[in-house]
Amino acid sequence: MKTFVDKVLAQAEFQPARLLEVLRAVQAEFRHIPEPAIELIAVGLQIPRTQIIAVAEFYSFLHLAPQGRYELYIADSITDRMLGNQQVLEALAARLQVAVGGVRGDGLVSLNRTACTGMCDQGPAGLVNGYPLPRLTPAKIDALAALIEKQVPLNAWPTEMFRVEEPICRPDLLLNQAFVNGAAIQASFARGLAETLAELDASHLRGRGGAGFKTALKWRSCAQQAATPRYVICNADEGEPGTFKDRMLLDLYPDQVFEGMTVCAAIIGSNHGLIYLRAEYLFLRDKLLAVLQARREQGLLGQAILGRDGFDFDIEIRMGAGAYICGEASAQIESLEGKPGIPRTKPPNSVVCGYQRKPTVVDNVETFFAATHIAIQGGQWFAAVGTPQSTGTKLLSISGDCQRPGIYEYPFGTPVRTILQECGAEDVMGVQVGGPSGTFISNRELDRVVAFEDLSTAGSFMVFNRSRNLFAIAQNFTDFFAHESCGFCTPCRVGTSLLKNQLAKIADGLGAAEDLTELSALCEVVKNNSHCGLGESAANPILTTLLSYPELYLQQLQYQEFAPAFDLDATLAAARRLAQREDPAAHLNQVEN
Amino acid sequence: MSGTLTIDGKTIPFAAGQSVIEAARCAGIYIPHLCHKPGYAPHGSCKLCTVFVNGRKTSACTYPAAADQNVVSDTPELQQDRLRLTQMLFVEGNHFCPSCEKSGNCQLQGVAYHLRMLDNHYPHFYPQRQVDASHPDILLDHNRCIFCNLCVRASRDHDGKNVFAIAGRGINKRLIVNSASGQLKDSDISIDDQATQVCPTGAILVKRTGYQVPIGERWYDRQPISELALGKEDSHER
Repeated sequence: MKTFVDKVLAQAEFQPARLLEVLRAVQAEFRHIPEPAIELIAVGLQIPRTQIIAVAEFYSFLHLAPQGRYELYIADSITDRMLGNQQVLEALAARLQVAVGGVRGDGLVSLNRTACTGMCDQGPAGLVNGYPLPRLTPAKIDALAALIEKQVPLNAWPTEMFRVEEPICRPDLLLNQAFVNGAAIQASFARGLAETLAELDASHLRGRGGAGFKTALKWRSCAQQAATPRYVICNADEGEPGTFKDRMLLDLYPDQVFEGMTVCAAIIGSNHGLIYLRAEYLFLRDKLLAVLQARREQGLLGQAILGRDGFDFDIEIRMGAGAYICGEASAQIESLEGKPGIPRTKPPNSVVCGYQRKPTVVDNVETFFAATHIAIQGGQWFAAVGTPQSTGTKLLSISGDCQRPGIYEYPFGTPVRTILQECGAEDVMGVQVGGPSGTFISNRELDRVVAFEDLSTAGSFMVFNRSRNLFAIAQNFTDFFAHESCGFCTPCRVGTSLLKNQLAKIADGLGAAEDLTELSALCEVVKNNSHCGLGESAANPILTTLLSYPELYLQQLQYQEFAPAFDLDATLAAARRLAQREDPAAHLNQVEN
Repeated sequence: MSGTLTIDGKTIPFAAGQSVIEAARCAGIYIPHLCHKPGYAPHGSCKLCTVFVNGRKTSACTYPAAADQNVVSDTPELQQDRLRLTQMLFVEGNHFCPSCEKSGNCQLQGVAYHLRMLDNHYPHFYPQRQVDASHPDILLDHNRCIFCNLCVRASRDHDGKNVFAIAGRGINKRLIVNSASGQLKDSDISIDDQATQVCPTGAILVKRTGYQVPIGERWYDRQPISELALGKEDSHER
């Protein structure tokens, strides 16, 4: 073990910031983080062992207890559920003789649920040892089980098993744009960096990660900081269930994303770029490394880019390890520094005090992609499309009840109704725009538009038809937040779990009028007091479904007055058994008459 | 930079580098809090000190005081939210005040008194948590931990030891100890460490000191936390 850990530590150049990389390698080798490895890493990186345990317990794909040599995860997002993930879990559990959430006795295989694998358009999906298993059909499950039983190494599995499709159903302004490597960097140099920033300003581009902060303003503030070095971070931790457009961009348009980062680096004066790639996109890593290498060979990365003395910039890929919160910029920076992904306190924000406490721009994959084309075409070209508050186009990842799930590029301001028609959605009950943290809209609101002024979204667009159960949707999302809360602050740590339990009480048919009042009040406490966006949005699934379909919530209530959350008589069963009594007096009524 | 700001309509001075809560404390205005302590790096996790600064909600303990800020703290709505957050801390762990030797000296209890908390309001989680009684002088009862991080900061920043850390996520958060066994007895904690004194609840207790002062004559039995916390908080432990 020491030899292996030493090798991994050397590869990470003994940098504590690269702890996640070290732990991922150890996990891949030993299927968990063994106790002796903790000691070796603590000594090697000169960090307290508690930091290693804290990190290992924070990220979903790191474990302190051994997992199977074939580590299976099945996606549990609502769209995967709609596509039959439960049957997949049952079939796998039966075929492989392993409990869901367990490890088989011989250690060959473990089976777990995971929040979302970024393949909501091709579910039910899963992961095996970090690699994607889209569209799990019964035939595929049989093949998969056989390969595992025969202990065939992953690299000898049929590639078809892992093939992720990138269905671009509706390209528009950006996806249709021709591109030659280096064009955006050349255009920026030719025009001048200050002028390029002015074009970005004129484009009114706003961050595509969801918050919608003006990109030019962020870059300018970072450029104006006195401190150096400065960093460019590409946020590729696309964790919002129902989003997969960054996967597509990194898969099909990586050069255009890297080029946006390079233009940003030139403008803010950065030498070092990082891509924080979500763990579920491990399958893209080798491909992206090859693209980066090709760009170095083309003089688009490295020393004196395109012959310009003094412009040195390179990009490093860092993998996440399964934590939705790491999509939040400051949590991502913490994660990049080798710590649990807990959002930082602001002020100061990342532009002033980011990675390694230095000025840092963190932008979404799609933002850099758009910036590349703005650098080439100019700000007006972009600003001419969309709405005044939301210029340009938006990539939507469409999944759920529609004939053509996939990637759609729409000018901002497009009504939901148009989108539903084009993706082939019928008999719609509602749409979840922006993922669990976004907004649920009912079929009475389909004229609302996708734009920062109305329905802002990082790109998740989930369609539900009228056969779907509203509570199943709200519960899936609420449970998701309870699972993904980092637990830093009281309202989110405790509140998301209380929300989960309170909603379950109503959904299980044990709700009274009082419970609905309490649910709404709890939503407000969590929303109004949480430390970061996760807590602020954790109540959105309940609040927005309550707003869209209050009648369904009211119908679900059993009682006008108080109703207990548990079955009193059933909880006394053990006492009756011990007392060997079954007479009427040994039973209690649930509610006193 | 220094100047004045207003809290609940009252103009108060602030000094360079002060947070809103520190400026308030120095001016004799109590803003409820649990994870904050003068002289310690701000944390901002308990959220009890949530106030409006110029209309925006933020933690008073992490937000820098600045000239002409308009801070709103003492409103029925904010006090109600503070009550709910305190109740969340009670139901999350296992807090049984009548049998806790910290009773009367416990800040969680003191804040609950201040906010007129009469019940726990939320359903209890009843988590299964351990007691680490391994150390000869110091007891660690995980049932009462509220993840305020004060022991972590005390050990790291004041004792230079890193004895504690918080691991896990969400409702599964837990306080961990820096030793191979995970037990306090194998760590390098010492009874003289600030980390043993700083806990606002009874999660970290010094053994054989419990009833030296009888219940009924302790800090918050005699004086409300709103008065005790002002000015004296940095010295009122022990």
